[in-house]
Amino acid sequence: MKSLEELKKIREKAQQDLALRNKNAKIKVIVGMGTSGIAAGAREILKTLVEEITKNNLTDVVVTQTGEKGFSSAEPIVEVEEEGKEKVIYGNVTIDIAKQIVKEHIMGGKVLVQYTITK
Amino acid sequence: MTTTRLNVLVCSGAACLSAHSKEVKDEMINQLKLHKLENEVKIIETGCMGPCEMGPIVLVYPEGTFYKKVTKDDVAEIVEQHFLKGRVVKRLLYQTADAQKVLETHKEVEFFQKQHKIVLKNCGVINPESLEEYIATDGYLALGKVLTEMKPEQVINEILESGLRGRGGGGFQTGLKWKLTAAEKEPIKYVVCNADEGDPGAFMDRSVLEGDPHSVIEGMAICAYAIGAKKGYVYVRAEYPLAIKRLDLAINQARNEGLLGDNILGTGFSFDLEIRMGAGAFVCGEETALLRSIEGFRGTPVPKPPFPAQKGLWGKPTVINNVETFANVRHIILNGAKWFSSIGTEKSKGTKVFALSGKIRNSGLAEVPMGTTIRELVYEIGGGIPNNKKFKAVQFGGPSGGCIKADYLDTPIDYESLTALGAMMGSGGCIVMDEDNCMVNTAKFFLEFTSFESCGKCVPCRVGTKQMYNILDKITKGEGTLEDLDTLQKLGEDIRRTALCGLGQTAPNPVLSTLKHFRKEYEDHILNGICEAKVCKDLIYYEIDPEICKKCGLCAKKCPVNCITGEIRKTPFEITQKDCIKCGTCFEVCPFDAISKKTGVKKEKKAEVVKEKEHDDYYEI
Repeated sequence: MKSLEELKKIREKAQQDLALRNKNAKIKVIVGMGTSGIAAGAREILKTLVEEITKNNLTDVVVTQTGEKGFSSAEPIVEVEEEGKEKVIYGNVTIDIAKQIVKEHIMGGKVLVQYTITK
Repeated sequence: MTTTRLNVLVCSGAACLSAHSKEVKDEMINQLKLHKLENEVKIIETGCMGPCEMGPIVLVYPEGTFYKKVTKDDVAEIVEQHFLKGRVVKRLLYQTADAQKVLETHKEVEFFQKQHKIVLKNCGVINPESLEEYIATDGYLALGKVLTEMKPEQVINEILESGLRGRGGGGFQTGLKWKLTAAEKEPIKYVVCNADEGDPGAFMDRSVLEGDPHSVIEGMAICAYAIGAKKGYVYVRAEYPLAIKRLDLAINQARNEGLLGDNILGTGFSFDLEIRMGAGAFVCGEETALLRSIEGFRGTPVPKPPFPAQKGLWGKPTVINNVETFANVRHIILNGAKWFSSIGTEKSKGTKVFALSGKIRNSGLAEVPMGTTIRELVYEIGGGIPNNKKFKAVQFGGPSGGCIKADYLDTPIDYESLTALGAMMGSGGCIVMDEDNCMVNTAKFFLEFTSFESCGKCVPCRVGTKQMYNILDKITKGEGTLEDLDTLQKLGEDIRRTALCGLGQTAPNPVLSTLKHFRKEYEDHILNGICEAKVCKDLIYYEIDPEICKKCGLCAKKCPVNCITGEIRKTPFEITQKDCIKCGTCFEVCPFDAISKKTGVKKEKKAEVVKEKEHDDYYEI
């Protein structure tokens, strides 16, 4: 390291690796990972969501999983929880829909009504 | 593209390591591979997280799920249920003291809630062996700021204004120490870090070195710039192999990256560091003795003045600060003196790390703002006394400190109020005692330690502490007199006044403070032959209740000196008191709790001796 600027650059890069430990989560994205969820491909959905969120550097979004939720026919399930707002549940999520959820719902604030399901 | 969605922090502080956290980590790597999760879950070994009692600890981010007492066998379940399926393993979570509630994340645990972490901010969060992770937490930014934006005088002023005081014991103003050293005309100066932590029950410095070694290096480099030094030493005891390993690694990393050595960050400032290992002599924690030890001489104190600021290492002006003091420096530079001085009390600023141990539920490391009350530290953070026992005293400051009794639980913790109670901040050891601790015996324990560790250079400490120990020993045997208490008091005050170094001067504190707060216990030992806590062997005896005894004979079978007689299934068993060595084995093995431990043996023993004399000449020696 030859200068303070160089140190700052290294810091920026290093902070990304630490981001998971410092998240101040405003939005929680929950993927249903029960047996039927996994069978329906929930792991790929989970990976896609993590990738998209990291790519867009969304530090206030946390991706987590949950067990069986009782929507087996609509797996994979993705829930989006935001402080002060009603929980949105998406069903039959594909990789493509997952990308849209990140882009339009989480980043754009627009609920994708066409993919939501209700209890 | 990164797909890491979980960071799993496995505590690798010395306490968790000795509870086999390495096995947990290794098994975790295996299990992750088995489930093909190695790209999604990242494992990080961290320094001490604090709640050592609950180790090995595993913390899972982003949620902050807090698993305690994790064993190798639990790992498969965590990986499969939690990491893969998102079901938190409930049985490994923390339960509140009243067992009413299970808490999922570390933020909910009371142990963490009341804490204010500055020095320990990175401990248990980052990997201490990774320079990048330290840099991510604004590491070396303070050094960069100092070198590019501040003059040495400004740095000293900032530290002065922050009100930071030495965290090693004495509580001297850090900024003033730097200022005095900087003012010396001598061109060669040194920075020394005192990591010779020797108090029984203290492990703050070790944990900082193990968990965040770069913060100490950065603090030392900033100090070097402020006073004009080019060379520094960290004096750490050889009994801290893990701390030494991680510090050594950190120094090498910093050197390789141009953060130590010549021309740091291209600013023309040069500073380098070396580790000096001590052989674990308590006296070497005293600054002048420590400096002699670095020079290669026998570690014995020398009179002050001259102070190290004037004539320190090799006769050159030297700043010598404690680990925790240096670890505070970078935060003061980055956040400003105002921020730091807004935390704490009027005369004691910032936070203090305490090592909680003894009869306390959450033993471990805790950092609290100055001014937190003893009650908050012991009950809210420490979780109180286990097994429904009653709080008796808390010993602050190790062998140099004193015992504080329950009446003073609401005292705010700062330098002045602890000293006023006859204890001292010391380095931050905090040993909690309950009704099963005998205060006379506790004082004896500390005096045994100090008389053993006395370097022998001055008479008051060498001879005085030994004499105090002898008197205490006499009292615990039930042979003391009331006059002995006056002698102890007088001797203690004399040593305090006349010993050469700080360690000698404070050595009588455990006795003087217990004499002050627990005089009745001393008198009970002397006048009534009673040790209320049933600790002093010569004042207790065991007795079998013939009504409860089921005549099973287990006690007699286990007794190592064959002093229990009786007939299995026929007559109740009985202990022959004169042969009993009071090992307590019978008390522990009796399945029916027929054996009890009693104190006040003196009268009975005398009676027995008289009776015995008629038949036996055993006692006539």
